[in-house]
Amino acid sequence: MGRYVVRRLLQMVPVFIGATMLIFLMVNVMGDPVAGLCGDRQCDAATAAQLRKEFGLDKPVWQQYLTYMANVFTGDFGTAFNGQEVTELMSTAFPVTFRLTVVAILFEIVIGITLGVLTGLRRGRPVDTGVLLLTLVVISVPTFVTGLLLQLLLGVEWGWIRPSVSPAAPFGELLLPGLVLASVSLAYVTRLTRTSIAENRRSDYVRTAIAKGLPRHRVVTRHLLRNSLIPVVTFIGADIGFLMGGAIVTERIFNIHGVGFQLYQGILRQNTQTVVGFVTVLVLVFLLCNLVVDLLYAVLDPRIRYA
Amino acid sequence: MPEQPFQSEGAGAVAGSGGTGGAMHLAASEAEALERHPPPLSGGPRNTTPEAPDPSAPYASATSADRPRSLWSDAWRDLRRNPVFIVSALIILFLLVISLWPSAIASGSPLKCDLAKAQQGSGPGHPFGYDGQGCDVYTRTVYGARTSVAVGVCATLGVAVLGSVLGALAGFFGGLWDSVLSRVTDVFFAIPVILGGLVLLSVVTSNSIWPVIGFIVLLGWPQISRIARGAVITARQNDYVQAARALGASNSRILLRHIAPNAVAPVIVVATIALGTYIALEATLSYLGVGLKPPSVSWGIDISAASPYIRNAPHALLWPSGALAITVLAFIMLGDAVRDALDPKLR
Repeated sequence: MGRYVVRRLLQMVPVFIGATMLIFLMVNVMGDPVAGLCGDRQCDAATAAQLRKEFGLDKPVWQQYLTYMANVFTGDFGTAFNGQEVTELMSTAFPVTFRLTVVAILFEIVIGITLGVLTGLRRGRPVDTGVLLLTLVVISVPTFVTGLLLQLLLGVEWGWIRPSVSPAAPFGELLLPGLVLASVSLAYVTRLTRTSIAENRRSDYVRTAIAKGLPRHRVVTRHLLRNSLIPVVTFIGADIGFLMGGAIVTERIFNIHGVGFQLYQGILRQNTQTVVGFVTVLVLVFLLCNLVVDLLYAVLDPRIRYA
Repeated sequence: MPEQPFQSEGAGAVAGSGGTGGAMHLAASEAEALERHPPPLSGGPRNTTPEAPDPSAPYASATSADRPRSLWSDAWRDLRRNPVFIVSALIILFLLVISLWPSAIASGSPLKCDLAKAQQGSGPGHPFGYDGQGCDVYTRTVYGARTSVAVGVCATLGVAVLGSVLGALAGFFGGLWDSVLSRVTDVFFAIPVILGGLVLLSVVTSNSIWPVIGFIVLLGWPQISRIARGAVITARQNDYVQAARALGASNSRILLRHIAPNAVAPVIVVATIALGTYIALEATLSYLGVGLKPPSVSWGIDISAASPYIRNAPHALLWPSGALAITVLAFIMLGDAVRDALDPKLR
């Protein structure tokens, strides 16, 4: 197990370097990092050259990347366009997005798995067909449409919730945004659980458990669910990284000041430091989530052993 | 009549499509094949009778032994009677038609707007009403189909070609190239798609669909390449590939003639479903303001422009959203139906 973790951590290194370098190149080579510093006006040539020299932008790209990464590993992510430290922005933004992700994951677990179990046990009945159709619809409606429609219905028409979230973003206000963020994954979780349950229902151990005369709920919770949830748990684990990165749209609709908001501002104002810094952290979170998921496999399924 | 299911199951086994479950269903389709034997791919008649006359039964089993039905003709047979497939195919056909000739059902110009009519509801000749700039929502929705379909089709073609070529080569030859490619796909998977789109497209000034397509191809090919690689590795271990190699077939011949036809099914399914998601992605990027920009007509732009007026003129938001949702749904359902038809386990 220990050796496996070390090997996986070593494998993460090239992926991390590759992904951050790709983002770094996209921002620095394709965009002009100095252009954002003069506001909406064009920088005059002398100022631009001076700024380039000051920030080391006249050096080759690989050297810039190395300097940046060296700074990142000492905890220095640079300063944003308004003079704030990027780490300071992160400390306000990440807790908000983290709460949003937690709400979304809870929705996935509670609603997704419940619906999946219900439909998996009633395969082919009207309930099953209805939920399957519903999941298809949810998957195919893009998140920003779902978000805008729910905001219009629940927030504006019926007035159940406040249409936008206050800067503090407590859990209560994040319920609807969390549901919107979770919606597509929720539908996937439902389908995944359904397939898994329906497959395992015909397996020998379930027949044995029923033949032993165990009550139905015990067969379902102890025997069926425990074995069927392995793919679901791994999907949800990998989804955490995706949700944190994909929250841009949801955060924009509901005006949540989280990671997506800061990134969007950073991109609009061409602020290299914010963008690259946040993306670096997001990539790291994503890679760690995948590692944890791979390790969870062994815990959930004792048949799998890592050498 | 009692022999019918037995014979058809035998024929299914000969065809090698693993026909086990749903004997009745199989029997019915076999009975249809009895009536019109030679071209198995043409449109079948609806009025088939399961009670096929006895004398023709041995003849039928002989033909199916001579020309075993391929996975594709089996799948096509399944698809033709699948209502989901028919509905989604009709929707997609309709979308293709209106994206080629939008003026056929919308007479006006999508860029002709009248501010005096801004946010008005539906009226005669303008069933969907007007948006915040006084443009006709119906015309804009119809013209928006062209962008979405163009982006979806071009991006999917690019992703499928690039991904399947790279994935197939990696899966077939293995070795160093394979491990390099696996690491590269890992890198691309680690970048959140919408984030990458924001970063890359925010610096592009050109206002055409090509940067968007290029971006989708850039971040989309690893998905297909993984699928293609897995399918090629599975197909490579089959006996017929060994036989072809023993007969002296070259690598390119094995790859193109023996492996590709047997590995292409999962790629097609994933590409169809991906087409729907690419359309949604284009709309999302346009909504965020980095995809296409206002002079062009796109559902994402319209939805984004309508969201500030959501209280006064929700119709300007609802119609393009509905069109977008139905389009994506049609492609995903099509992919789902094709998957069901191609998956031998579900037979």
